[in-house]
Amino acid sequence: MSDVPKELSYTKTHEWIGNDGDGTITVGITDHAQASLGDLVFVELPEAGKKVGAGDAVAVVESVKAASDIYAPVAGEVAEVNEQLEDAPELVNEDPFGEGWLFKMQVDDADALDTLLDADTYEGIVEDEED
Amino acid sequence: MADRTPLHDEHVALDARLVDFAGWDMPIDYGSQIAEHKAVRDNAGMFDVSHMAVADITGDDAREFLRRVMANDVARIDEVGRALYTCMLNTRGGVIDDLIVYHLAEGHYRAVLNAATTNKDLAWLHGQIGTYRVAVEHRSDLAIVAVQGPRARELTTKVLDTGLAEAAFRLKPFSATTEGDVSVGRTGYTGEDGFEIVMPAGDAAAFWRALKSTGVAPVGLGARDTLRLEAGLNLYGQDMDEDTTPLESGLAWTVAFEPAEREFVGREALEHARAAGVTMQRVGLVLEGRGVMRHGAKVRAAGSNVAAADAAGEVTSGSYAPTLSRSIGLARIPSDWDDGVEVAIRDKWLPARLVTPPFVRNGKSRIDDA
Repeated sequence: MSDVPKELSYTKTHEWIGNDGDGTITVGITDHAQASLGDLVFVELPEAGKKVGAGDAVAVVESVKAASDIYAPVAGEVAEVNEQLEDAPELVNEDPFGEGWLFKMQVDDADALDTLLDADTYEGIVEDEED
Repeated sequence: MADRTPLHDEHVALDARLVDFAGWDMPIDYGSQIAEHKAVRDNAGMFDVSHMAVADITGDDAREFLRRVMANDVARIDEVGRALYTCMLNTRGGVIDDLIVYHLAEGHYRAVLNAATTNKDLAWLHGQIGTYRVAVEHRSDLAIVAVQGPRARELTTKVLDTGLAEAAFRLKPFSATTEGDVSVGRTGYTGEDGFEIVMPAGDAAAFWRALKSTGVAPVGLGARDTLRLEAGLNLYGQDMDEDTTPLESGLAWTVAFEPAEREFVGREALEHARAAGVTMQRVGLVLEGRGVMRHGAKVRAAGSNVAAADAAGEVTSGSYAPTLSRSIGLARIPSDWDDGVEVAIRDKWLPARLVTPPFVRNGKSRIDDA
């Protein structure tokens, strides 16, 4: 069973969202997602400053097996990306909720964060998939 | 429910990620495909390949029968103990399967068939028997374990019974030794040295555990695929099939046209194809820059600007090569393309250069690090 930290929010497409409390969020992929993808070999991240809509494909994680789009969980502007992943994509496998974060976003509308899934709901989705 | 190999419980105990492969419940990895790949390149890894089928071909006419149904010539392995890689063709020259034939004893040959093609192959072989005095027997009572890597032979011989271990250690490449129902072949599918061991199903788990205790890493089918791709070895069903000939699949070297009087199945079609000129070739590709080529990606000549739908080339096997830290692939392209190409990856055309496989041999890169 994969790890689903309680303090984070989630999407059906297996991104996790951490609320940094200052109008920005941190986005990554979940433990379940990294385990399903297998060893990551490339991560393609957006430029800081890019405006994105909710559900836009903004990044790509590519494993030995497959490439997968990463979607912006809410509308906003990309504030910072995890440059370390350029040379060390394996950080996403090793520490998906920590060192393996993908990007930070300035959120347009903080209320939009209420539409995200909580940990219990996301855990239900993962259990269904892992069965 | 999917079939299970005699090592299924070992995979579960090792926490393998199991997937359905050709109707078999098989380990795709045991945690990290890249780590398993590197274990084979640097040390030794073991693979459960018991989903592949062992077919014994015996009888007075076994040799002549195989000279008829195989595109390579088993006369090349008249010496007992030798092995031969060959395609089995249909009358159109298309590949029914690729396999290794071992000459185990006088009048006794053994073929190892791909899992996905087992039933089709056996039906074809039985259909070809006619008046040949030969029996084709599917040995589903046997398991197969491959041990591959620079230390594979050393570690495997520690685990085998003494007599067999001594004989196995002396084996030359592409040869085999047999003791009772255990045979050890110095063959493989990774570009590394090593053995493939066929044994009674009931012995497989103990053998597997003994290998594990000597430090041999369990390796799943995921790494098996990237290892064989780096080694430039074709995968049946992807790089060739019943609609492609060995001549356009990089396997012309396995077709024995000499002696001219040997009438093997598919010969006529291949001779026609040769006379008409083979229009497609199998090449190796190295992607420049980031991204990963995948099976089915379209390939066009560099600078040709054709749309993907009109691109005349196609990646037949593509992946990330852990040893080279970049994407490599096998592709089928027109025979007159000899320069750079572009590969369609996620709606972009990325440049790739042509190379002659293998990409990696005995742990070393064989391509220029451009």
